[in-house]
This record gives sequence, C-alpha cells and structure tokens, in this order.
Amino acid sequence: MPLYLNEEQTMLADTTKDFVGENASVKHLRELRDSNNPDGFSRDLWKQFAEMGFTGILIGEDDGGLGLGHVEAGVVLEEIGRNLTPSPFLSTAVAAVEALKGSARRERWFPGILSGETVAAIAIDEKAKHGTGIAMRAERSGNGFKLSGSKQFVGHGHVADLILVAARTAGSANDEDGITMFAVPKDAAGMTAEAERLADSSLAARMTFDGVEVDADAVIGDVDRGSVALKSLLAAGRTGASAGMLGVGAGAMGLTVEYLKERKQFGTRIGSFQALQHRAAHLYCEMEVARAAVLKAQQLLDAGSQAADHAVSIAKAMTGLATTLAVQEGIQMHGGIGMTDEYDIGFYMKRARVLAELFGDANYHANLLAEAAGY
Amino acid sequence: MARSGMVEGAGPERYRQPLTTGPRPALLPAYREEWEREMTEDPETFREQTRNWLEENVPASMRLPLRSEKDVNWGGRRADYSKNPDQKLYMDRMASRGWTVPDWPKEYGGGGLSPAQTKIVREEMRRINARNPLNSFGISMLGPALLKYGNEEQKREHLPKIARGEIRWCQGYSEPNAGSDLAGLATSAEDKGDHFLVNGQKVWTSYADQADWIFCLVRTDKSTKQGGISFVLFDMESEGVSTRPILLISGYSPFCETFFDDVKVPKQNLVGDLNKGWDVAKYLLGHEREMISGMGLSTTGGNPLIDGAIATIGLDDQGRLADPVLRAQIALFEVRSKAFSAMSERFIDELKAGRAHPAQPSMMKYYGTELNKSRHELVMAGGGSDALEWESDRSDNGAKARTWLRTKANSIEGGTSEIQLNIIAKRILELPSN
Repeated sequence: MPLYLNEEQTMLADTTKDFVGENASVKHLRELRDSNNPDGFSRDLWKQFAEMGFTGILIGEDDGGLGLGHVEAGVVLEEIGRNLTPSPFLSTAVAAVEALKGSARRERWFPGILSGETVAAIAIDEKAKHGTGIAMRAERSGNGFKLSGSKQFVGHGHVADLILVAARTAGSANDEDGITMFAVPKDAAGMTAEAERLADSSLAARMTFDGVEVDADAVIGDVDRGSVALKSLLAAGRTGASAGMLGVGAGAMGLTVEYLKERKQFGTRIGSFQALQHRAAHLYCEMEVARAAVLKAQQLLDAGSQAADHAVSIAKAMTGLATTLAVQEGIQMHGGIGMTDEYDIGFYMKRARVLAELFGDANYHANLLAEAAGY
Repeated sequence: MARSGMVEGAGPERYRQPLTTGPRPALLPAYREEWEREMTEDPETFREQTRNWLEENVPASMRLPLRSEKDVNWGGRRADYSKNPDQKLYMDRMASRGWTVPDWPKEYGGGGLSPAQTKIVREEMRRINARNPLNSFGISMLGPALLKYGNEEQKREHLPKIARGEIRWCQGYSEPNAGSDLAGLATSAEDKGDHFLVNGQKVWTSYADQADWIFCLVRTDKSTKQGGISFVLFDMESEGVSTRPILLISGYSPFCETFFDDVKVPKQNLVGDLNKGWDVAKYLLGHEREMISGMGLSTTGGNPLIDGAIATIGLDDQGRLADPVLRAQIALFEVRSKAFSAMSERFIDELKAGRAHPAQPSMMKYYGTELNKSRHELVMAGGGSDALEWESDRSDNGAKARTWLRTKANSIEGGTSEIQLNIIAKRILELPSN
C-alpha cells in the first residue's frame, strides 16, 4: 500500500477540513474557555460528529459503524488538532472503541457512541508521567469487583458516561499479567472525579475510586488478561494523539508561514530574511517526517501488522519532537504578539504540550524503542 | 542488508552509496507508468517467480554484508573481477533480466517493470540480503536524465551499457568558482562545426580517475547565466582530459580535480537543446539529492551504531547501554532515523504517483544528510578511543573515523544544506524573496 492517502481518504480529509473548520475553529475553543463551560466541550458539536458518521469510523459495519481504520480516524483527528477543537473524539471514538472492540461490552456502549450520546474517558495514568505500571486494585466482591485507587489525567473524566479503567486483579505493579480492564458507568457509587483545568483550557479529572462496586460484566475481555485490551487502547490512543499533534503542528506552522509573508520590518516582509526562512524550512522538514511516521503507524495498525507497536512509538515520539518545534518556532517568529492571548499561536503551544504528554511523551517512547532494540 | 555505511574510498562517490541492497528505484517518474497501473500478472505470482529466480541466481557470497568499499560493484571498463568472480556473475545474471535497472524500459536494457513490480523485486532482494548488483551514477543520475532529455540514438548508445555495467560515469558539475552558485560555471564549449572544443576545470568530480565517461555542464553562451549552459557527454580517454585526486580529511581521495584542455566533443553528444543544459542539470540534481538522502536511512537487520556502542560500552544489569546519557541520545536519534525511513518510503511512493512536490528532493537531501552526520557523531561517541585509531587492523584501518569524517561532506555535496533550505523556503513554503 503506497504511503499516502487514497482517493476516498482524501475526500474524507476534504470534507472533514471543511466541517471542522466551519463549526469548530479556534474561535469555538475561545468561546468555551471564556464562558467557563463546565463540560469543556460542546455536546451539540459531539452530536454533529455522530451525524457526520465520525464517531463510527472505527466501529465495524456489523455494529452499525463505518468499518474504517486508523488512517480515517487520523484524518478527523488531524483537523481536530489543526482547529484545537475541544472534543472527546480521541478518548471515545478511538481509544475506547478499540478497547471495547471484540468484547461483549461493545453491545452496551457502541450504540451511544454512534449516536453521539455517549462520551468515554480513559483512566490509566496513576502518576504525573505516563506508564503502564498499574497499581490500582480490583478485588473480587460478590458477583463482581470492588475498585480502589486513584487515576489522573483523565480527559473528560468528570462528564464521561463511561470510564475505561485499568486495574490490577493479580500480580504487582509492573506485571503485564494480572491487569483487568473495566468499563465503569458514570453512576458507579464511590467514584469521584475532580475536574482540573489544564494549560490548554481542557478539563481533565483526578479520579478516586473508593471501593467502587462493579458487576462482573463490566470486565472488558478476560480477567487478568486486560493487557490485551489495554494494548489496543494505547496503540489507538497514541496513534490518534500523534495525528492530533500533526494537526496542531501543521496549524501552527501554517499560521507562522502566513505571518512571515505579511509582517513587515525594515521595510520588507520578514519572510524574506534568510535567518527566518531557514528556520521555517527546517520546521517543514521535521513536520513532513512526522507525517510519514504517523501514516506508517496508521497503515500498519490497520493491516494488523506485528510491526505496528514499533511504528506507533516512532510516530508518537516523532510528532512530539516535531510539533514541539512547530509551536516554539511559531511563537518566536510571531515575536511579541505571539505572547499575547489575543493571537491564536499560543493556544497551539498549550495543546501541543498536552498531546505530547498524553499516552507517553517522546522520551517515554524513545526509551520503549531502545528497550525493544536491546540497549 | 548492506552495512557499508559509507566506507570511504569506496564508494559512492559523492554520496556514499545508498545503504540499501536492492536496486534503487529510479525516481522521478516522467517516463514511467502510473503507480496504480495494473500489473500484467497477479502480484503474488510475480512475487513467487521473483523469489524463486533470486534464490537460484543470487550467489551465496552476494548475500553477505558488504565488508568494505571493495565489495561494491561500480562496473566500468576498469573493473577487476578476478578476486571476486561472483560479483561479475551476479551482475550479468541480473542484467540479463534487466534487473540492474528493473524499471527502465526493456529496449534500453531495463526490466520493463511497473513501480509495483519493482518494489516487489526490491523487497525480495532485501529478504535474502542480496547486495545491489551494480552501483553507478549512470543508473542513479544520468540514466533518468537521458530517459527524459536524451534523443533515441543517445538512449540506445548509452543506457544499455549502463545497465550492463560496461561504462562507469562521473559527473562534471562543480568548479573552483561555481559551488553553491553552480550556474556560475565557466568551463567553455566552443562551437567548431561538427564538434565542441571544451576547456576548463571541474572539481569534486567523484572518482573521475576511475570513470570511463563524464556527463558535464559546459558554458555555450557567456551572455546569460542559466540560459548559457549545455549538457554534454564525453569519453574520459579523450585527448586533453586529465585528473588529479584530492586528498581529503578522511585520508582518502574519492574526489578529483578534472582538467579539460582543448577536448573535442562530437556534437551528437549534446543532451537536450543547446543552452538548455540547466534544465537537464536540475532534473539530474533532483535524483542526486534523492540518492544522497538515502544515506540517512538506517539499515535493516543489525544496527552498527547500537551494536558498536554496546560492544564498546556494554550493558548494565537492566540490559541498558551502560552510558545512560549516550543511550538517551541514541534513542532520540533512532526516533528520527526510523521516522525518516517512513519518510523515504512515502517520498518514493509519492514520486512514483506524481504527487511529490518538485522541490521535495531538497527536503530529503537536507534531512537525510544531517541525520547521517548525527549518526556518525554518535558512532564515534560510542566507539571511544578505539574509534580514533586510524590505521590499525583492530579499527579496520580507521573505518569509523574515516567514515565519520567523510560524512561531513554530505551536507555540502549535491548542494549544501543551506541551499536546500533556500529551495524549500522559496519553492515549497513560497516565502518572499524581498
């Protein structure tokens, strides 16, 4: 398969670009922020995403979805990134869907995701840096389990209808075996979510599970074998976050290049200065390489390739590096106005930082790759 | 996969040879079928036939990693196969199927394969670690230019000899006063009726002392700059041609100064129209840049950077390189290196489909060469003082140090990094010139 978007994917990209650009531009983010919107996103827009079919991209046709893949989901995520749209798309329609796929739990949750009623949140991290060492306990209790522990960096956790929780039913914190994945409904007793506003104006919850009782059928897949669903979730989430970052970086670069063509100093457009041209050209190269890495990961995931995990880490790390550069150059080349809240470029820097951290930053993934390579 | 890195002396000239073993796809697809073209036969059947043929015909010794430049076959009249007859056997067998240049048309010595079939041949060669049967500037640079700009007679005369490895070419571009400003070149070609009389000097001519023919930029009109350049071909044995190797910081002499003193070049050796050589030159530079960018690609199989660092420094009790700061540097480098491999795949796919921006080779050249310089800085850091030995057997005659030094030319040859950034800024980002 050639490493570029095919005709259908290109059409989807065009449609999505128009739709998100018109309905959820950076202005939309400003409005939500300035009105201190308690949800952190627009439920109307989420409904529209469902009407467009976006929420069913990764859901199989037998389950009422479109049966498409990570390339197509990435197309949507890139536009969400480019427009900095506050949206539960990544956690719900990508990460949660991939975790639930193939489990009996999908029948419970997919219809709501397809209709735009349901929002899902991902509760994995227990520390400030991402890791898959899961210490949170889930003990057998009656017909089900009792969850105890805490999670953080749970985007949309305070409003989600469904929380996907990784907990430990056996073994110790760093064991791969002994993890169980749970689909916890929002009304579960003993679960609290404290919403914290992050630097990018999004809301992420610190969640506490104080003996939360769930039925046995809340288990996704098999008990103690949750690493299977967790891996699917993480591969999808990381690839999706990479696609989102690609959009953030491309958006920041686009704004910056336009600015270079307009802003005049010393009687000429600053984009004619070689010092700035070279910085911009270098940034272009980094972003192109990142784009290739993301598409490679998406295609390998869609093909079910064993090399996908590797490619996903490369994509997440590379987009982290490239997009971090894009937003830094963005502010630098905008000069003083780049530091103002009035200009959008600063919003790109904030979102880039959040996505870079989500599901493991560049250092985390570089380390994973090094371990896999035996050094 | 070939691990040649760029062994100095060896290779590839200005660029070291691409670190792939398979035939490189000739790029820029003007002459070639659409990527999407249906293959005449079922791809899996073609793959199976290819696999079987390669299994039977690639000699075992041609499936071993390259040990040094001596293992690279550049063909040409002066090639000596007496110590390595398998090299000749392998090249001839591949050439008999047109597979030294699988995607060139059959009538010019190629395999006539579609891009998809070419990719299959390359993948199957890689699968058995088959070496590249023939490296040459004829294949990677002149061939594509002739296919686009050459007349029928020139194609029939030169392309089959390139495909069969009979003639080794060198490139006469840079001059002492025309480096980054290549179009300022002064080597003159005076019209003498049936021939041109060429006088002047070229520099950085890779392996001019070993090449049979040269493709050369000459000035045929002094009144304009780009519009007064022509592209000509001639035999390096012509009267009036002389070469002098240049000793480099690596201690090797892959480049030469080349002098032309009243060299007669028949008029039929003009490629493209008179004074239109700059178009040919730019087209060819795109191929050259793409080829150089291949240097940034990591090899499959072993990774000499990582293996070398482990051999010198060792692993700690957690299985990690015992120098944690170097480990982190290598790990972050590897992210870019692997991402760039994906970029190379994407670039080739887009080129073949006619979707790549015409200036994208500049991006590839810039990124690939800067990456390669970084790689060899890390190789040296991983090798410590062992890697500093210049002549010992232990160091394989200073292979690491000499290669490290050689890579410093990567971001100069074929257009400096700064020139590539200029091109990207102007042609891709469309930044203003004033």
